[in-house]
Amino acid sequence: MDAEKRIQGLKDRLTYIRDIFASKEGDNVRLLATKLDDLLNRENKISGSVLSEELDRLEDLFAFSERKLDSILSPMDRVRIVRHPQRICLKDILENVYDNYIEIGGRGEFNIDPAMLIARAYFSRRVGGKVINQMVMVIGQEKGHGEAFRNGGSVKPWGNAKALHYMKVAEIESIPVHTFIFTPGAYPVEDWPGAAQQIARNLYEMAALKVPVISVFSEGGSGGAEAIGLADRRIMLSHGYYSVISPEGAAAIEGGLRGGARATPELIEKCATQLCITAEDNLKNGYIDRVLQEPPLGARPNHYEFFRKLRRELIQATNEAVSEVKSMKLYRAMVIRASKTDDAESIFMRWSLSSSALDRLVELRQRKFRGMSHHARLDGTGVLKRIAVATKGAVWAIHSFFRYDLLGRQKKRLDAMFEDLGAEAHLIRHKLLLPLKRAVDRIIPGNNVDQIHKGEEVRNKLTRLSCPEDGACLVGSEWLWTSPRCQEDRTISCPNARIHQCPDLWAPDLFGDFAGVCPSCGHHFPMEYRWYLENVFAYQDSREFNRQIESINPLNYEQFDLKLDKTKEKTGLKSACITFETAMDGIETVVAVLCAPFRGGSVGAAEGEKFIRAAERAGRKRLPFIAYVHGTAGIRIQEGVNGVIQMPRCTIAVRRYIDAGGLYLVLYDTNSYAGPVASFLGCSPYQFAVQSSNIGFAGPGVITETTGMSIAPDYHRAYHALSRGHIHGIWDRREAKKNLHQSLLTMGGRNLYYR
Amino acid sequence: MLNIKELLDEVKASPYREILIVAPHTGVVEFAGLKQGDKVHGLEGEYKERPGTLLATLTRERNRKSITAPEKGVVESIRSELEGKFVEAGEPLVTLKHYMTRKEVIELILQEALHLFRAPERAKYYFVPEVDQKLKVSGKRSVKVHEGMEFLIVSRMKRETPLAYSGPDGIIYSVYFGRGDNVDEGEPLIGVCPEDQLTVIQDVVARIQSEWEEEA
Repeated sequence: MDAEKRIQGLKDRLTYIRDIFASKEGDNVRLLATKLDDLLNRENKISGSVLSEELDRLEDLFAFSERKLDSILSPMDRVRIVRHPQRICLKDILENVYDNYIEIGGRGEFNIDPAMLIARAYFSRRVGGKVINQMVMVIGQEKGHGEAFRNGGSVKPWGNAKALHYMKVAEIESIPVHTFIFTPGAYPVEDWPGAAQQIARNLYEMAALKVPVISVFSEGGSGGAEAIGLADRRIMLSHGYYSVISPEGAAAIEGGLRGGARATPELIEKCATQLCITAEDNLKNGYIDRVLQEPPLGARPNHYEFFRKLRRELIQATNEAVSEVKSMKLYRAMVIRASKTDDAESIFMRWSLSSSALDRLVELRQRKFRGMSHHARLDGTGVLKRIAVATKGAVWAIHSFFRYDLLGRQKKRLDAMFEDLGAEAHLIRHKLLLPLKRAVDRIIPGNNVDQIHKGEEVRNKLTRLSCPEDGACLVGSEWLWTSPRCQEDRTISCPNARIHQCPDLWAPDLFGDFAGVCPSCGHHFPMEYRWYLENVFAYQDSREFNRQIESINPLNYEQFDLKLDKTKEKTGLKSACITFETAMDGIETVVAVLCAPFRGGSVGAAEGEKFIRAAERAGRKRLPFIAYVHGTAGIRIQEGVNGVIQMPRCTIAVRRYIDAGGLYLVLYDTNSYAGPVASFLGCSPYQFAVQSSNIGFAGPGVITETTGMSIAPDYHRAYHALSRGHIHGIWDRREAKKNLHQSLLTMGGRNLYYR
Repeated sequence: MLNIKELLDEVKASPYREILIVAPHTGVVEFAGLKQGDKVHGLEGEYKERPGTLLATLTRERNRKSITAPEKGVVESIRSELEGKFVEAGEPLVTLKHYMTRKEVIELILQEALHLFRAPERAKYYFVPEVDQKLKVSGKRSVKVHEGMEFLIVSRMKRETPLAYSGPDGIIYSVYFGRGDNVDEGEPLIGVCPEDQLTVIQDVVARIQSEWEEEA
């Protein structure tokens, strides 16, 4: 019986190894297979004790080979390990790491989204002769060893909303949150609350969640991972991966494949290597804090020693996060800092924190993300300039503090008082003095001849039909900048011609006077970002900053240097983000523009940094902050996690800015998709779109590929985004300036300089 | 009286529809290299998002527009003598032969033979109990309707009002709505045929169902 079990175990191990190494079966695997076959053939002929001995030997050989194979794992092998149905999943962790747990927010299949599992769990241990129970909120994706209803850990938008809800519950109850990331990516549907918008909301809330958050990465698939991954401590399992896109997706883009065509395994393997997705790579880049070593070829549910290690690691990480900000810690903090995770269980530290400690915790979390991805961009600013900028920044901060906080507040109070007094006075005058005046007028007429005179003039102006003596009403183009396309002598047809019978448009008309808008149906043809810079944001008179921050190729992605250089040359930009300070009808603002011509407006480390600095500048100077998205294709995949990490980083910057009382406004144009929409753009309380733009999480191809649904061609249209509640309005391009000005006057927080 | 046999013979004699593709406006024509007898397809995809086969392009004011096939069919003739020439609007360019599908033929015949009673508004429709019972017990071909007969109940926003039939007298040949379905305004509710033509229609439809080859 025992022998049978052991043989079955060995068979399973062999199948697992074969699964992991897929097509490339090496000598090691073949050796194991022959040895096992050999034993199976002789099984009935040999006696029990000999068989047991042979099994011992074979098991040793298996263990040895596994260790050997473990050392030659390629990144793609790791991906296969993580996706294997035998890989540990969240249920196993709940069973083996925590002492008890209750699943909440649905159970198993009976759940709003079975891919997202929430549980109240607790650690129970004995420290110094006392039993202590420590609660945590466990949130994570559940792959369920291949259960179909779990959807492979691909969480639907409402699953992420559920996660956010229970994070807030943890915040109220002041218990730490442990998140476990086991997702290949988020399920890309736009139904409310919307894949992108919900991830953005999660990031926004987690950026200032007032409880310690520890996250464990096993399979970190881009946006889906970020939805619960913004944490104080990020631990990664040694065989996991954390990436901006699945290697298959990267290969499909790299190979220029369309319509569900498959990339070759070699190309996928190459992309997996280039994207730097392993735990080691991420640790080196500083995106995770620690790597937890797994057994050879990855942890499976029967590796109990690994669960004990994970338990110690989790306690240690939570202790660390808490002790960093706790005021009463004394000797324990030192021990925690110095100790390895071995004796983590012997240290007791209360995990609830005072409100000031929680503030410090959030501050530390924000600062931690702020410091990331320095290596992934090039800052060409000279040392002197940097010093000057830093000094200027400090001066602005101090100036703003004095002007708007210290003096401004007093002035506001005085103004309010005078306003009240004025209103009183007005009422008195209205009620008492006016009747008196009227009586006087009646008695002494002819007192207001001037007024009558004026009235006639106005009436004249209003009733006269035209003024031929003024000459023909010919004015030049009202636009300060027109697209070079208006030089072409040709006609263009509107894409809606079939539905709306739009006549053909002459290019000089269309791109000149009409500002790229079809006069018949209102379709907006895509316009160059320069048009907006000049006609909406008065770029001519603006002050651009951080122009020297430059996109680079941090992962040395093959051929990307060349492509990047070409783009830089073609566009004259150093990154896809332009940040400047400008005055819009007299209101000073900070504007960040994502330009589509630069690598599709994709966001990498340089763009993220520029965006963050712009938000900080706006905060320091008490200016409103406008993000104009001329177009963005998402996170720049060639930068790997250096790009993905911009999602939490920029969202934190935005959160800090909004919390400080600013006005953050987003205007989408043309196509805006994926990462940026699912983070720092989607989290804005005020989002608008220019007509005929598309907003979404994943493009139609990806949706069909991952969900099997074919979607309507107009699925991502701004009007749909509006009816789903993702944006708040759709603007005509020609009225963008007016509407922005109106928004600046009517929206936003308490800390704007003109409020 | 309508002669259905004649109609069917007519359809059988020419089981296709000719589609004449004309130049929508002036311009220089370039054909897409199709030959007579080539198969073309119409709009495709679940949302009809993919255009049909490219037939020709028409260039006016340096604006090159494609002319695509509106329906599935075979190229009957191409005015290839116009290649690279300037044409006026309305100039015939290509003739397509669209073979009618089984569904289209049945629809054509039923349209001629049946009187369709359409939904006056978007609502749920039910038969009045007597009619309903009769339909259930003896099948739908058993119910006779006549002008002014109240035979349906319109159920909308919890209000139920009777609906009277209007149109020629006859037998309910087909029912196009299901119980509890919301029917849009203008959609057909029932098809009514004159009593004496019932067997003929049934016969013809059955024959088309079994004999017509062009499926979809």
